[in-house]
Parts: sequence; C-alpha cells; structure tokens
Amino acid sequence: MTADQVTPVAAPGGMSRRARRRLSLGGQYGLFIVIVVLVASVANWQQLHTNFANWQVAKGLFPEIITVGLRNTATYTAVGFGIGLVLGLVIALMRLSPVLPYRWFATAYIETFRGLPLLLIFIFVGVGVPLAFPGTNIPGGAVGQAGLALGLAAAAYMAETIRAGIEAVPRGQLEAARSLGMSQGRAMRSIILPQAFRIIIPPLTNELVLLCKDSSLVLFLGITLEQRELTKFGRDLAGQQGNTTPIIVAGICYLIITIPLSLLARRLEARQRREQR
Amino acid sequence: MTIMDKDTGWAAGAGRAVEISGLRKSFGSNEVLRGIDFHVERGEVVCVIGPSGSGKSTLLRCVNLLEEPTAGTVRVVGAEITDRDVDIDAVRRRIGMVFQSFNLFPHLTALGNVTIAQRKVLKRGKAEAERIARENLERVGLADKVDAYPGKLSGGQQQRVAIARALAMGPEVMLFDEPTSALDPELVGDVLGVMRGLAEAGMTMLVVTHEMSFAREVADRVVFMDGGVVVEEGPPARVISDPEHERTRAFLSRVLDPAAARVEGSGPSDKFGSDEANA
Repeated sequence: MTADQVTPVAAPGGMSRRARRRLSLGGQYGLFIVIVVLVASVANWQQLHTNFANWQVAKGLFPEIITVGLRNTATYTAVGFGIGLVLGLVIALMRLSPVLPYRWFATAYIETFRGLPLLLIFIFVGVGVPLAFPGTNIPGGAVGQAGLALGLAAAAYMAETIRAGIEAVPRGQLEAARSLGMSQGRAMRSIILPQAFRIIIPPLTNELVLLCKDSSLVLFLGITLEQRELTKFGRDLAGQQGNTTPIIVAGICYLIITIPLSLLARRLEARQRREQR
Repeated sequence: MTIMDKDTGWAAGAGRAVEISGLRKSFGSNEVLRGIDFHVERGEVVCVIGPSGSGKSTLLRCVNLLEEPTAGTVRVVGAEITDRDVDIDAVRRRIGMVFQSFNLFPHLTALGNVTIAQRKVLKRGKAEAERIARENLERVGLADKVDAYPGKLSGGQQQRVAIARALAMGPEVMLFDEPTSALDPELVGDVLGVMRGLAEAGMTMLVVTHEMSFAREVADRVVFMDGGVVVEEGPPARVISDPEHERTRAFLSRVLDPAAARVEGSGPSDKFGSDEANA
C-alpha cells in the first residue's frame, strides 16, 4: 500500500469536511453570543430583579410555602398516587380477566379517563358530585377530593402500565408457579406481580412526577387557606404583594421534587437495560 | 391402610403413578396427540423419546394439566385430573415439574425459589422451609449457591435449583420436559448426574429427553413417540438397541449418528436441538 492511495478527496466547493464543520459550529456559537448580548443590553435588570427575584418578598414566603404549600402538594400527590395505584391494579387485572364484562368495563374506564381533560374531572369531583348528591361529602375534604380526582385519572394510565408489566413477565413463570401447586391468585401475588412491578417502577415514577404537577389543579376546587398547595399559594401571594416572585419560588419548589424524581426514573431505567443484557 | 386426602378424595399411595387412556389433544385443527394409552408404575423411570413435533412435550404437559386434554382420561397418583371437579392445585403439589427453560423466579434467590411454594402452598414455617430447601440444594450440589440470584447462575446450576425447587415439595412423581436441551453440552452432565441420583433413590420419573445414553442407562422403560402416537415401548435395551419398528430405527439412526443425518439431510443436526415446536 502506498501513501497516495489515502489522499482525501476534496469536497465540492473546495472546502474539506473538517473546515465546513468548523465554520458551522463557529456560526452557531456566534449566534448564541449575539443573542445573549442583545437580551442583556435590552433587559431592564433592576425591574426584573424587583419583580421576579425580590429577596424581601421571597423571604416573606417562608416558612409557609414549605409547611403549607409544599406539604399540601406532597399530600395531594401521595393520596392521588395511592388511589391511582390501587384502582389501576384492579382495572389492569380486570382488563386481563377471562370474564368478558370485566374486560369491557376496564377498557371503557381506561378510554374514558384517558380521553377527558383532568380539569373536567376535578370540576366533576369538586362541583358536580356535591350538586348531584346534596349533603354527600367526599371523605377527607380537599385532600379526599383532590386525591380522588387525581386518582381517577391516574388509574387509567397506571392500569395500562401495570397490564404491560404483567404481560412482560414470561409465560413460563406462571406455568412454573402453577405446577408447584399455587392457585392463579397466589401465583399472581407471589410470582407475577413482584416481577411486573419491578419492570414498571420507572414509568410509575414518571407518573408520580405528572401527578405532582397536576395537583396544581386543586386551584379550581375552592379550598381554605390551610389547604393551599404550591400553585395556589404562589398565585395568592403574587396577587397580594403585586410581585411575581412568589410564583417563581413556587416553581422552584416543584422542580425540587420533580427533577430528582425524573433523574431517579432515568437511572432506574438505565439499570434495567443493563440487567436485561 | 390408605389415607384419604380430604381435598381431593383420592387415596395416597394407591394405584399407578400415571395412567393415561385414550388421550387426545388438538391445538385448533392440529391434532398433536392422537389417542395415547400409557402408564408409569410407582418407582419406575420412563423416558419418552421421539422426533421434534411428535407430541412428547404435550403429553408431559397433559400429565399436570398445563395443557387441557381434548379427550381421554389422565390419572396421576390416583387422582383423575381430567375430572372437572378435581382440585388441580392439590394434585400438582404431588407432581414435580422441571422445564426445558428452567423457569426459575428471577426476583428470588436460590433459597427463595425453593422455599416460596413450601411457605405459600404447603404453609410450612420459615425455619422448616429453609431447612428443607438447604437439604435439597445440597442434594443437587449447590449448597454454596443458596443466596445467589438465578441471573448469576449458569444454565446447569439454574436447572439444578429448579430440580431442588420441585423436590422440596415432596413430590410422588417428577416430570422432566427436556431438562438438558437448553444447556451448553459441557453442563449437561451435572444435571443428568442429579437425575441419575434421583432415579437410584427410587423416585418415579417421567422424562422427555433427547439424551439416548441417559435413557439407555437409567430408564426402566423407553417410549418412542412419533406423529402423536406411541409407536413402540419397552426396556431400553430392546427399544434403543434393537427397535422393532422402521420409524424407531430411522429416528435412532439420525439421533445416534449425526453424520448420517447430515448425509440424509432429513434429521436434526444435533441431538441437543430445541423441541419448541412441541410446546
């Protein structure tokens, strides 16, 4: 082999591929710098600082934004997740049942609640149910109402996730369990579901993130001061103080919950992929 | 004296281990078993051999009702499992099953795999279940792998855990569905060694296998199946070494002499070939 056999062929336009790549990258960095400089020179930093990151206003939010807002957000999310998980498991099992009407019901439930806006479900639970049945109270007050609304919707999504998890467990597992004398139910509880839930922990974690954000819809339920969660809290204080800072701080509080959970879900997913190999 | 089991109403210790008559099984329009009459005496080791698709795995799976027979009767350790009123879970407790693909529970350790059915089905206490599990893991040569998860075990080790799992239930008959077909050739010996030990200890065994040397040395009786019927059965010395039927002879010459199979171009190219078409 001789050296002149590997001489690079000149790209059309007289530029090598490397030179073109450099030019393109340089252009992108240049554009970025121009935009940053433009925004920085146009923005009124003083005004931005007073409105969005007002230290005095921010300090005034504590500790209530944590002890009331964050706590209630966490409570609504947890209750909604709990209701969604239990209901979702029941519907997933109905969806896989040999009894035809169960499968019908499960399919209808899943399609209905996946097709409705969550806000409508919240209004149904908060306004519609008391209107239809005067005097009936959903137990647990705001927590019960929010948890029920979130749970009803989450159950539809979780049912599909759980069903997929159950179906991902190889058929031989059920056969092995049954041939040891386990009943169908026992095999489901001791062998199939533990494996199915291991498979679906990452998507369930993502569902938890979604619920945490969706709990902000409690805003529309009409709740007392002590029942305010992050969004309502931020909105009320922004109105009182005539300042945007409370909304920013409430947003940061959400991210404190959601970003670590998303990272956790991604790590669990990556670990599963490694284990499957 | 016979003791009646209150769950199933059958007498423990009575009758043959397995008794099958007129067994038929179809999957859709495909009739896999076309009238099988067959039995296994208590303490007997019976090996079922035959080409892929001959129905031998289906036959085995009908013995513990993993497949529902289309017609015929199956009696196992005295219980007629084809009777719709039978408590099949109670009968399966007395039948051990070992699968080609092991089917260990991957979320449990070796010890967990061997204890879970003892605990949940036989309602044994934790200490007793673990003692029995350790005894059986030791019996299959895996005393040092008690805390290992199946994913960390070789195929041969996994299959031996699966055997221990079945043995821990105290079965009256053991079913083996091509237990070595999914194993690398160098791991086959360990599993066959364990099975040989079981046979010597007097366990009633029904083994679907491609391992002709195992069948010849361990089996009391060999059954040759082809096309969903039993073609020929008898002592291994006769069936394997001096078969009566042409079909048996053709099958054995392919299995025992892979070179001949390649020349004919009609048989499986190796005797460890998978038999999944049967399932």
